[in-house]
Order: sequence, then structure tokens, then C-alpha cells
Amino acid sequence: MDLQTLWFAAVALLWTGFLLLEGFDFGVAALLPVLGRRPAERHLMLRTIGPLWDGNEVWLITAVGAVFAAFPGWYATWLPALYLPFVLVLFGLIVRAVAFEWRHSHSTEAWDTTWTRVITAGSLVAAAGIGAALGATTLGLPIGEGGTRVGGAFSGLGWPALLGAVAVLAFSVVHGAVFLSLKTDGPLRVAARRFALRWAPVAALPLLAWAGLVHLRYGTPVTGVLWLVAALAVLVAWARLRVGREGQAFAAWGGMLVAAAATVFGAAYPVVVPSTIDPAFDVTIADASVSDYTLTVMTWAAGIGLPVVLGYQAWTYWVFRRRLTAEPQHGEPAGTRA
Amino acid sequence: MDVLDVARWQFGITTVYHFLMVPLTIGLGVLVAVMHTLWVRTDKPEWLRMTRFWGRIYLINFVLGVATGLVQEFQFGLAWSEYSRFVGDVFGSLLALEALLAFFLESTFLGLWIFGWGRIPKKLHLAALWAAVVGSIVSAYFIIAANSWMQHPVGVEVDDTTGRPVQVDFLAVLTNNTALAAFSHAIVAALMVAGALLVGIGLWHLRRRELAGQPTTDVDHAVWRRSVRLGGWVSLAAFVLVALTGDWQGKLMYDQQPLKMSSAEALCETEAPAPFSVFAWSKLGSNECDDVHSITIPGLVSFLAHGDFSSAVPGVNQLQEEYAAVYGETYPDDPSRFGALAGEEIDYTPLLGVSYWSFRLMIGMGAVSAGVAAYALWATRKGRVPTSRIGVYGSLLAVAAPFVANATGWVFTEMGRQPFVVHPNPDVPVGEQTYFFTAQAVSPGVTAAEVWTSLSLLTLVYGALAVVELWLITRFVRRGVTTGDHAPDHAAPTPGTPTEGTPESREDDDVLQFAY
Repeated sequence: MDLQTLWFAAVALLWTGFLLLEGFDFGVAALLPVLGRRPAERHLMLRTIGPLWDGNEVWLITAVGAVFAAFPGWYATWLPALYLPFVLVLFGLIVRAVAFEWRHSHSTEAWDTTWTRVITAGSLVAAAGIGAALGATTLGLPIGEGGTRVGGAFSGLGWPALLGAVAVLAFSVVHGAVFLSLKTDGPLRVAARRFALRWAPVAALPLLAWAGLVHLRYGTPVTGVLWLVAALAVLVAWARLRVGREGQAFAAWGGMLVAAAATVFGAAYPVVVPSTIDPAFDVTIADASVSDYTLTVMTWAAGIGLPVVLGYQAWTYWVFRRRLTAEPQHGEPAGTRA
Repeated sequence: MDVLDVARWQFGITTVYHFLMVPLTIGLGVLVAVMHTLWVRTDKPEWLRMTRFWGRIYLINFVLGVATGLVQEFQFGLAWSEYSRFVGDVFGSLLALEALLAFFLESTFLGLWIFGWGRIPKKLHLAALWAAVVGSIVSAYFIIAANSWMQHPVGVEVDDTTGRPVQVDFLAVLTNNTALAAFSHAIVAALMVAGALLVGIGLWHLRRRELAGQPTTDVDHAVWRRSVRLGGWVSLAAFVLVALTGDWQGKLMYDQQPLKMSSAEALCETEAPAPFSVFAWSKLGSNECDDVHSITIPGLVSFLAHGDFSSAVPGVNQLQEEYAAVYGETYPDDPSRFGALAGEEIDYTPLLGVSYWSFRLMIGMGAVSAGVAAYALWATRKGRVPTSRIGVYGSLLAVAAPFVANATGWVFTEMGRQPFVVHPNPDVPVGEQTYFFTAQAVSPGVTAAEVWTSLSLLTLVYGALAVVELWLITRFVRRGVTTGDHAPDHAAPTPGTPTEGTPESREDDDVLQFAY
């Protein structure tokens, strides 16, 4: 495998990791108004993602950084072509981050409610924006000569962007529900599982449709098999959830995302930004890539750094592995009741 | 304004804003880690309370730094796509390595520190904070190495077909002398920011307690006193290092970007010895060096540039001619690459007023900070408690001084590099140099309306966040270390029981502050 292909795979891995991890953060946030009717429930929900969301967000920073580092031609074509959606993603992530921190910095109920709503709204905007950007970049953008967008500010926003947005949102919401059923105990666990059971079959459809379309357009037999794996994973997730095996259901639902993402990236390869104007303007990994020297340097750095990162991030998940129950009462240790 | 101007304002506003949080994160992170270490080692309750009080401010600030830092990584692509294409072989890898090697460390271990109180062994919990702090410092190194490469591109060769730099020596990029000087300067400047905060807030609390007749023997008194002493000594030591590293950086800059330094001095003609300008005034709106009048100290600039009081330092007028001879009198007449500036004359002199005054504000505010630190140490000597209204409120106000110094330092560095976004390296023979004009860096397909939208949105959000952030921090600071109606010793740690819920179990409010 040449270095460009290796880095395409690395970028695909980073985006998949981001969606897999930050997906449940988005989902839990989106479910706050649905499953968190009372403040105590909302606090419990937020405590499940409290120690994790910031580390998960770094997957996005690293994914975008890796696109810039390995394929500046992709980075410099993709971001300006979808200028406004990316700005909205940033807006959503900014308000979400400060809301996480500020929500508990002042103890009136109105304050708490406001920032809890901001967490939900920011997460929805960010998830939809990222989905739109990924949908558009895999199914085509109006790219002309020199990687420059043709048309106005909204010319990149067609149905592929909409499909991507809905796919990521729907996946994340159910992912968040399964995560809650895995990480909590008591009534919330039951409610989250019930929600996931009801919505999982529907929520998988947009993601499967997106992956299927990319496969039909550019795919190979291998990506076809991957797509089937994704579709099967939905059934497995649903069946495991039904019998109350939340851990296995979480793995299966996550496996669905991994298989769907593998279908999308595998089918798109080696094109990173297909042009809807003329295939001659497609940006491929060869057009977009940096020199072999730089890729070699990056390969060494990532080869040593990434396993270490995965190691300590996995370890923090292990530290915070216990199921959480009701809000800690006054005089009780925070988040320690198993 | 066209896309270029709006995009420049956007970059300036978002970057200066982001850099209000960054030095506090770096500096305060180090000091909180020191406090936490001292608590683990001595078990003295004041160190625990200091860790938690200053740690809380550190976290409120940290999250805003993270949130605004996101914009930075995206806007190179959003608004500056031609820049990103041009520098891609060097610049992107530094950003990616920053994320991989620093941001993961920072965010993962900070999460562990916040939620790990009483859940993981005491020493491991301390190590988590240190890991996060090391992450911040490593991140500063990578991003400053990236910036320094724009100031002084090394380790590259120009590709004949694309005209873009191709990396040939990654180690040279990492050990760029510009980066080493700027990194050390930025880190010690960050410590000055944290030191000033400890001094200002500590003095204010000491005075308030004194006026309220509270005892000087309890733990809370020790908290504020130790904060002032620690902050004062750190500020003073950091100021000495800021001066030394700044001098190093300045001497490099006289070689690498002579126009930046001559503009900072409003030195129009080449002079030997060259004087240092103390105060200057000019015709409003003029960027002509000859319109500037100065009061000067003879020979000082020669010393700053070359370490003696007699060497010649080139003036703005000569340098402008030299640059025009090498890099062209006018921008190439190609509107698709140079926009409205295509075919226009190139002004190689950065805005004189900005260079001159940002340079002086940086130095002046740093000196103010050091003066306040010296005052605070003197006023609290041998257990004294200062009650001077002017002294204490002046110190509180002076918390802003090192922030201003940091911001103006960056304004000077970045605007002094104009009209280049990547400044040519003078050690490389002309013709083989890597350089790029800011005018050609902007995204060609993006409309001014889009950039206006993001500029307005981000400025509004940033403004609102600043208001809430200041309100929260002020409120938190006023409340002090112990909260509510608790007796002062309520939060005393139980030595040797690092297991479940050491401090949370005793401070209701802190439960909400450190957990969700």
C-alpha cells in the first residue's frame, strides 16, 4: 500500500472514530429534552458524557488536521466550498463546549435550563453540519478549475448534504440512547432502551441510504459486502437490545457505523471531492496529497503517537466504566455510586 | 471591504480573542499543578483550597480556549485556502501533530483530573493534571513552530513546477531558531499572565479580610497570602526571562525581518549608531516614514539589534527600496490570484503606527506587570497585609496588563510581517526563496458576504461569551475559597484517605463545579 492510500485510510479511520465517539455525545445531548424531563435525569444524562466529550471532540480536530496535513488540496477545496455549513458547525461546537462548563457554574434553575438547551441545540447544529459536509464531499460538490467552488454560497448544499445531515443526526440520536442504556441504571436505563428499540430501525435508514448511494455510484464488490454487513448490524443491534444486552447492542450499532463509513470511504477512494460540474475537476488523493517525505514523517509520528493516544483514551473509558444512577445528593461523593 | 480585508479582520479578531485564553491556560495550568503537587506532598489544607479555587478558574478559562481554538484550525481552509494549498507540505502536518500529540493529552487527562477527585489514587490524579499541562505546552510548541515557519521558512525547497515549498528537512522546521525563541518567549509571558492574576485577586481578598476583621491565622488567609507570594515571585522571574528571550527574538528579527524592526522604531534612514525612539507622532493616516517625528535615545537600537552601541541599522526607506528591487515594485497583474491588488504597488512597510505602538505597549505592559509584582511582594513582606486602596485595586486592574502585552506582542509579530503571509528567509539565495503575499492567500471562491456572515456571527458570539465569562469569573472570585455559609475549615482534607469523595463530599457547591 502506498503512503497516500495509507493516509486516506488514516483519515477515514479518524472520521469514523469521531462519529463513533462524539456520536453518542451528540445523541445524549439531543435526547436531553426527550428523556430528561426532570433536572435530576438531565444531570444524570450529562454525567455519562461529562468526562468524555472533550476528548472525543479532539477526534474531529485530529481528523481535520490529518486532512490538512496529508491532503491540503482536499482541505483547501472542501472547507471553502462549504463555508457556511462549517461556520455553523463551529458555532454549534463553541456554544456546546461553554454550555457544558458554564451550566453548573451558577445554581438557579433558569440558568441550568438555558444552558442545557444550548447543549442540545449546539449538538444538533454541529452533528447536522458535519453530516452535511461529509454527505456533500462524498456525493459531489460544484467544484471547478483549481478546486474553486462554482456558484454562490449555497451551491454546495443539495440533497447529498441534506441526506448526510439526517444520516448523522439519526445515527447519533439512537447511538446516544443505546449509550445511556449502557451507562445508567434505573428508570433512565429502561426509557433509553425503549427509545432505542423503537427508533433504531428507522434511524439506520438514512445512513444506509447514503452509504448505498455512494456504493452504487463508485463502489466495488467489497464495498457491497461492507454495506450488507452494516445492514445486518442493525438487525443484530435491535435483537440484542430486545433481550437487554446493552453492551452487545452498543457494539453492533457502532459496528453499523463503522461498516457504513467503510463502505462510503472505500467506494469513494481514490476520489476525495467529486465534482458535479465535470469529473475532470474531481480531486483525488494524488492531486491533493503532500510529498512522500512529509507523509513519511507523519507516518512515523502517527505510528508512534496514535497507539499511545488510543491506549490512554481507552484507559479513561475504563476508569469511568461504571453505570451511573441518580444525582448525587448533598454530602455524597459525586459520580461514584456504582 | 473586499474578501481579503474582511478575512484579515476575521483572523485578527478571532486570533487575538483566542489568545486571551491561551496564556492563562498555559501559565495557570503550571501553577495549579504546582499547588496540587504541594498539597499531595505536604497535606497542608491551603494548598488543596488553592488547587481547587485556581483550578476552577483554570477550567472556566480552558473551555473557552478550546472552543475558540476550533475556529483557528478551520479558518485556514475556510478563508485562506490558497495559503493552505501553498504551505500544505509543512504547515498542515504541524497542526495535525499538535492535535495528535498535544490536544488528546490535554483534553483526556483534564477530563480525568476533573472527574477523578476521589476516584483514582492521589498521585495518579496529580499526574493526570501534569499530563494535561504538558499537553498545553507541547501544543504551544507545535503551533509556534508553524507560525515561525511563516516568519522564517526553513527546511524546504521550492518545487519548480508548482512553485510551492516542498519539505526536505522536518527537523529543521522543528528546530527553527525563530520557533525556539518565540516559544520560550510565549511560555514565560504566559507565566506572567498567571502570576498577575494570583497577585491581583490574592491582594484583593487579603485586604477585604483585613477590613472585615477576619483572622490572619486561618487557612483562608494562608491561601491568599501564598497566592500573592507565589504569583509575585513567578511574575518577577518570568519578567526577567521575558526580557532575555525577547532580546533573543529581537536580534533574530533584525536579521530575518529587518523591516518589522525598523518600523517598530520608526527608523527611516539607515543610521550608525541607531537610536531608540521613546515617543513618536505622525501625520494621521500616513504610512510614510518621513512624516514620523520621534524623541530618541541614541545608540540603543544598535545595542538591541547587534549588542553594541555603534553598529548600523538599516532604515525603512532603504529597506523598502531593497525589497522592491528583489520582490517587485507591483503585484503581478493577475486579478484571479491577487484580486483588487493585482497590478498595484506593493508597500513593504508594515503599518508604522501599529508596529510602533504595539511594540511599546507590549514592553510597557510587561514592565507594569513586573512593577506590580514587586509592589505585592514588598507590601506582603514578613506577614504584612496591605490595606492601601490604590495599591490593591491598582494590582487588580493590572491583571489586564500582561494580557494586553501578550495580545500586542502577537499583533506586532503578525502585522509586522505584512505584506507577506510567508516572509522570505534572507539566508536562502534570492530565486530559491519561499514567500507568499497575504493578498494571494485568500480563498478565491468564497464571497465577501460569506466572510461577513462568519465575521459578524463569531464576533457576536465571542462578545456574548466574554460578558458571561467575565461575570462568572468575577462572581466566583468574589465568593472566595470557601463557599456559602460553611465554616472556614469545613473543607479541610482528611490526610491519607484519597479514596472516594475526598473534598466533594464536603463542599456542596464544588460538587456542581467539578462534576455534572
